[in-house]
Formats: sequence, structure tokens, C-alpha cells
Amino acid sequence: MTQTATFRIWRGDAHSGAFKDYPTAISDGMVVLDAVHQIQAEQANDLAVRWNCKAGKCGSCSAEVDGHPRLMCMTRLNQLDLSKPVTVEPMRAFPAIRDLVTDVSWNFKAKQSIARFKPRPPDAADGTWRMAQVDVERVQEFRKCIECFLCQDVCHVLRDHRLFDEFVGPRHLVYAAALEMHPLDTASRARDLKHTHGVGFCNITKCCTKVCPEGITITDNAIIPLKERVIDQLYDPVAKLFRVLRGGSHAV
Amino acid sequence: MPEYQTHEHDVLVVGAGGAGLRAAIEASASGASVGLVCKSLLGKAHTVMAEGGIAAALANVDDRDSWKVHFADTMRGGQYVNNWRMAELHAKEAPDRVRELEAWGAMFDRTADGRILQRNFGGHRYPRLAHVGDRTGLEMIRTLQDHGIHQGIDVHMECTVTRLVKDGDRVVGAFGYERERGRFKLFRAKALVLATGGVGRAYKITSNSWEYTGDGHTLAYDAGADLMDMEFVQFHPTGMIWPPSVRGILVTEGVRGEGGVLKNNQGRRFMFDDIPENYRSQTADNEEEGWRYTQGDKAARRPPELLTRDHVSRCIVREIKEGRGSPHGGVFLDISWIKARLPNAPEHIKKKLPSMYHQFKQLADIDITEEPMEVGPTTHYIMGGVRVDAETQMSTVAGLFAAGECAAGINGANRLGGNSLSDLLVFGKRAGEFAAMYARCHEHGTIDARQVDEAAHAAVEPFDRGTQGEGPYQVQYALQEMMQELVGIVRNETEMQRALGCLTSFGERARRAGVGGHREYNPGWHAALDLHNLLTVSEAITRAAIERRESRGGHFREDYPDKDPDFATFNIITRKTADGAMEVARAPIPAMPDELKNVIEEMK
Repeated sequence: MTQTATFRIWRGDAHSGAFKDYPTAISDGMVVLDAVHQIQAEQANDLAVRWNCKAGKCGSCSAEVDGHPRLMCMTRLNQLDLSKPVTVEPMRAFPAIRDLVTDVSWNFKAKQSIARFKPRPPDAADGTWRMAQVDVERVQEFRKCIECFLCQDVCHVLRDHRLFDEFVGPRHLVYAAALEMHPLDTASRARDLKHTHGVGFCNITKCCTKVCPEGITITDNAIIPLKERVIDQLYDPVAKLFRVLRGGSHAV
Repeated sequence: MPEYQTHEHDVLVVGAGGAGLRAAIEASASGASVGLVCKSLLGKAHTVMAEGGIAAALANVDDRDSWKVHFADTMRGGQYVNNWRMAELHAKEAPDRVRELEAWGAMFDRTADGRILQRNFGGHRYPRLAHVGDRTGLEMIRTLQDHGIHQGIDVHMECTVTRLVKDGDRVVGAFGYERERGRFKLFRAKALVLATGGVGRAYKITSNSWEYTGDGHTLAYDAGADLMDMEFVQFHPTGMIWPPSVRGILVTEGVRGEGGVLKNNQGRRFMFDDIPENYRSQTADNEEEGWRYTQGDKAARRPPELLTRDHVSRCIVREIKEGRGSPHGGVFLDISWIKARLPNAPEHIKKKLPSMYHQFKQLADIDITEEPMEVGPTTHYIMGGVRVDAETQMSTVAGLFAAGECAAGINGANRLGGNSLSDLLVFGKRAGEFAAMYARCHEHGTIDARQVDEAAHAAVEPFDRGTQGEGPYQVQYALQEMMQELVGIVRNETEMQRALGCLTSFGERARRAGVGGHREYNPGWHAALDLHNLLTVSEAITRAAIERRESRGGHFREDYPDKDPDFATFNIITRKTADGAMEVARAPIPAMPDELKNVIEEMK
């Protein structure tokens, strides 16, 4: 016997939109993205949705399913209450383009504002470096990020307060943390983190950590250590005195 | 006359996976102005799916490794129809390309003395794959992306190229549309690099994303370039098969590299039953030795699960056909058994294969540390592609270069796992370098308005036809079913002749398929335009496969089940003739220099 479920999908563009109900047949093991594709193929050819890998690795199919920020490709229908319509809507923190597709271009600009990787000179004569696995692992956690931007979507500093000009958001703080904690990196980002990237705006509500499909402990492992770094480097009175005595003139 | 925006670059790179990004970085570093076009958002290309690692003879784990061993492994895996010069360049240059990634911030897993760790993989004699758990592709694309965004490259995201523009015999531009608003774009470029990946979407069961519709192959073909080796499609032995919605999603070979074994429903490790002659001396003849190999014992030979992908896929098909398959029509892949050998096996598995653990747990409710996975072959990769010059990656059409999966040559009849990521880096760099050089020696060509106009009209035709008739998805599904059925892992003349008939009728259906709505982010429209590419590559695969009356690597003919030495002397070319029909030709493989012959002999 074929079972049917109804998907209440937001259809619209930058100016207006509304939810529309699509009943469709469901089968074993289906994920939300399968249902959306089926509806697209059978009922609404022009239903706009981003996707690529369908295996939780590319971070393209981010959306809000029954109000929760999720990757559609990793959300099984058996995790949802199918007795009522399943709502599928675009990430609300970003401007709508069409249907489930949003304008995430701001993220690419924000990333570019972070100082790039700058390695120390090679450790060996053949131009290679030596790093311990344990040091690498700390950073590898951050490098698991698939740039789905669900953390950005759920962050109230961006979503509710719209501080896109002052705050780069959890994704890019994770990116900055990966660079800052990279055993080879020599660049300093503390000043930028404070002044340009707004690390201080994060008040540690940990919503980003909760929605991360890669299970990155964003707040505890990335953002808090960055906040500490900013304080250590820019506010530590002993270090400040030391800088003054050495003739350093960097204003904080 | 339809409107379009014009962009001008010295070098235009189409595709932003590993090869495209590497090409763009190189071209830009040499001073060229570079445009980079990608169908998706930047950083989402199919390279992110690569799991196992990057093959490079760094010799960090086993100092017996060298470019010579890597070269010999690649040629053996490709059944000696590879472009030997490409295989040589690849083996020699891959280590530098990997070290360069580290200098750009990549973080590979480490050896005990802090160098880049390397893992075992099918067909590689020594542990050779630099890796990051089982998400190496993500590490690679992110490293290239994060490096590339500071290079001044103009990135055109979510933009699809539908046609190349020629000035006489030379490619001088490209025409396409951007997804967001559906606006048309004309790119003028002195040189153009295709790095569009593969063709997996021509098949029903595939590990490939929607982007893999053979765009680069078709753009080159339509521009008059030769395609080569199109009959060689790689069916990866281990794709997920249950539940149905995940069918085809890749299960990395790394599972077998870490000690995972293949079993049939009788619990038998069937891979021991059929070890090809040319691999016998390198393959373990008992389970104990195989296990020791996976744990780094240099005296041990590799287990038969790590034979080449073409062979493992056929063995799996045999088990299933002969009734020894798993409940959902695959076989069992078991990594959980290693708990009998390792004290902390579950943690070890989760650490070595984190995304596999995650994938099965979330999508199939299976804990791979506790129970076996069910797997079966999935369309994964095409060895064939645009015929290129080994040194420069230029195609047979002036100004048009190709690199990565959409180019042919390096892999011959079968690609070794791990050789793709290294291919992207080595030949991506070369394509970028030589495209930039070409651009320095040439001025912009003249854009023929008629060609642009034609491309623009062709692009809007699906709207003119409207929604009365069939939609594009129905044609796409029918094509995928047919290719899977008739030009899949096991092929024969009768079925492939039938396939050609089907392709003709699908072509007619595609020309009638229409879409509704408007041009803004309209996937139905995009699917309608992709059909031309899928049909073109499907025809090339089928015609080349009919021509190769033998079995070799990824190409298996049940009517010609053996290898034929005569067929080792040429590659099969497909090209477009003046009247628009597809022509099949044979191109002799140049004689290998003695120096390389000796290397192969030495490594036997």
C-alpha cells in the first residue's frame, strides 16, 4: 500500500510568496529532498531548490523543515510527524530568491574579509612541515564544515538583529578559528575579530552548535577560544604594558 | 535579438571542482585575468564527495614507493591503453601538488613523525593516499577555494555554459545562462579550460550529483573536438543500495583499505575466488595476510578486496546474479568484524571512517561498527573524455583545454581510486598554466553574433514548447533507465544496438519536451537544456562500446569476454562530422619509450 504525505512548500520570490500543499507518495527510507524532487518532477517542474551531493557532504540543500534548520538530504521522513503537512521553507535569515533558494552571497564576501592562511617557513629542507596528529585533530573539527550556513540562519545576531555589516556569523568564526589554531599559521586576526568581524556580538546561546549537521561544537570549541584570544591579545594589561615599553603603538 | 551581458577574461575556466579551481589559480598566478564559471555555489562541486584520498608517491609511509611504482600501478590499472606520457607526468608531479596544498592550509592526517599520512587503496602497491579521514575531497576543495578567493579570480556562480563560440578553428568564447535570474551571459576569452567533471547522470544508479551531465564533453564535441575512450565508464563496486532513496551513494574504498571485507550471503569472502593473473603475485592468498597488509605489515600482500574497481564490481555482479546476494540485491561489506582484532574497534572505525559511520547511521539506520553494510556497484566515473595533449591539456581545437574527469588519457580503461584527486591537481595546474600561455600569445577573437543568437534561441526553445507535452524529467528518467539496462556493467552488441535506437527516439522526445514558468531559477528549464548533453555523451559511450569488441577495464562485453591484444594498440575516438552525425575512429597509441617500458617491466 502506498502511503501519502503532504508537503507544505513555500513558493515565491523576493517580493511575495505563500505556502502551497503538495501531496505525494512516500516510501521506505525517503528523505525530505526526495519528496521535494518527486514533487518537482511530477507536479511542479519549476520548483526551485539547491542540491548537489544528496549525502550530507556539500551543504547545498539547507532549508527549514517543520521550523527546524536542516539539510533536506539528511532529514528522514520517519523523523517527522507525517499526520500533518510537513512545512518546507527557505532559510529565513537570507533574502529570498525563489522558492527554497536564498541569496547566500553575503557569506562569500564575509569569508573573503578574513586574513588568509600564512604558514611559517617549512620545517624541513625539502620544504615540508611536521605536525602532530593531536594538533591537527583540533583544527580538523572545524574543517569538517560544509558551509551549509544553517548556523548563520539560526544565529539571532544575523536572523533577528540583521547585523550583517558588523558580524561575520558562526560559520566564519569557525573558519577564523581553524586558521588561528592551525599549527603552521602565523597571521594574527585578533584585531579584525574584534573590530571587523564582531566576535563580541556572540552571546553564547549555542543555537549554532545545535543545528550543525557536522556536529561541530561551534560555540565552545571555536567562538569562546577566539573571544579569549581577543582578550589575551588586546586587553591583557601586562601584555599591553609590555607593548608600550617595547615601543609598540598599536591602538586597541 | 535576445539580450545578454558580456564578460571578458584572458582565460575562462568552466567548472570549479578540483581541476577548475587549480587551473584558475595557476592561470591567475601567471598574470592572466581569469573568469571561473560554476554551475553551483563555489565549493559545492562534486569534488567534495571524494572520500578516500589523493594518490601521490610521497613515500612517507613506505619508502619503497616512488613515481615509477605509481606510474606502473596506474598503467596496469588502466590496462595499458592510458596515455603513458600523462601517467608519467601524473606520477612525477603529484607529490609536489599535494605538498603545495599543505602550504595553502590543507590539514592531512599525520604519521607518527608528523608527516603526511598515506593509506592503502585498490590497485596501489604501497600506502599512497594522502587523506583526511574519509572527507579528503572536502579538504581539497576548501583549500583551493580559500586560496583562490584571494587571487583576484572573477567567480560566476550558478551559471551554466551551453555553447562554445568559435572564430574559425579557434574557440574564443562561451555562451550560457545564470540560474538566479535566467539572464544570458557571453564570455569572451582568449583561452578556455573545460573542467566540468563527468557524466554519471546518464545512468539511473550513480554516485554523481545533478551537475554530472557531461557538459564539458558535449561542449567540446559540439565545437569539433575529439572525445576519446568514452566506452570506459567506471562502476564503483560499493554504492549504498538500501533504502531505495539512497541507492548509488558512494561507500568509500577506504572501508576496504581499513580492513573491511566483502562477503556473500553464505558468509564467504568471494573475492578470493577470482584473482586476475596479472595481479596474482601482488595479492594475498589468505585472509590473515590480507589483514596484516591493511595494518601496515610491509611483508604482506594486499587483500583481494583491494583489486581494481572494474574487477571487484564484476565479482559482485556475479555473486548477485548467481543467487548469493544480500536481501536487497547487493553483497555485504563488513568492517565491524575487526573488533575481533582490535581492542577499540568501534572508536577506531568512527575515527577512520567518520562520514561513512554518519551516512549509514543517519540514512539507513545501520551502525557500521556493529553490522555489515549492503553494497552494490554504482556509476562513478568516466575514464573517457576530451582528447588532450599530455603536456598542455589542449584539445584538438585551438584555444580549448580540458582537465580532470572531463579529459581523457591518464586513466586508460580503468582508474585507480585516489588517482582522480591527484589528476585534478596535476592536470588542472597544467591546463591553467598553458591556457594562460596561449592567452599571452593570442588576442581576443571575433565573436560571431550569429552563433550567439543561435545559442540564445536554442536556450529558450523549451519555453516556446510549453507544458502541453512531456516534461524534461520524464525523458531524463527514461534515458537513465535505458543506459543502466543496456550500456551498463555487462554489455553486448544486441543490447547496444537497441540502445542506439532508443537514443534516437529520446532525442525526438527531448526536442519536444517543454517547460512552463519563467527563466528565474527554474530547474525544469535547466533539466530540459541538460538533455542535449546527456544524449550526446550516452551516444558516444554506446558507439565507442560497440566498436571495442573485447573486454578491458571498465568495459565488459559478454559477447567478447576476453582481452584482445589488437585492441591494446589504439584508443577509440568519437567526433562530430560536418553533417552533424557522430563518427567513430581508431587512434593508434604511440609507442612507449624504452625507459618507461623498463619501468613497467621492473615493477611486474
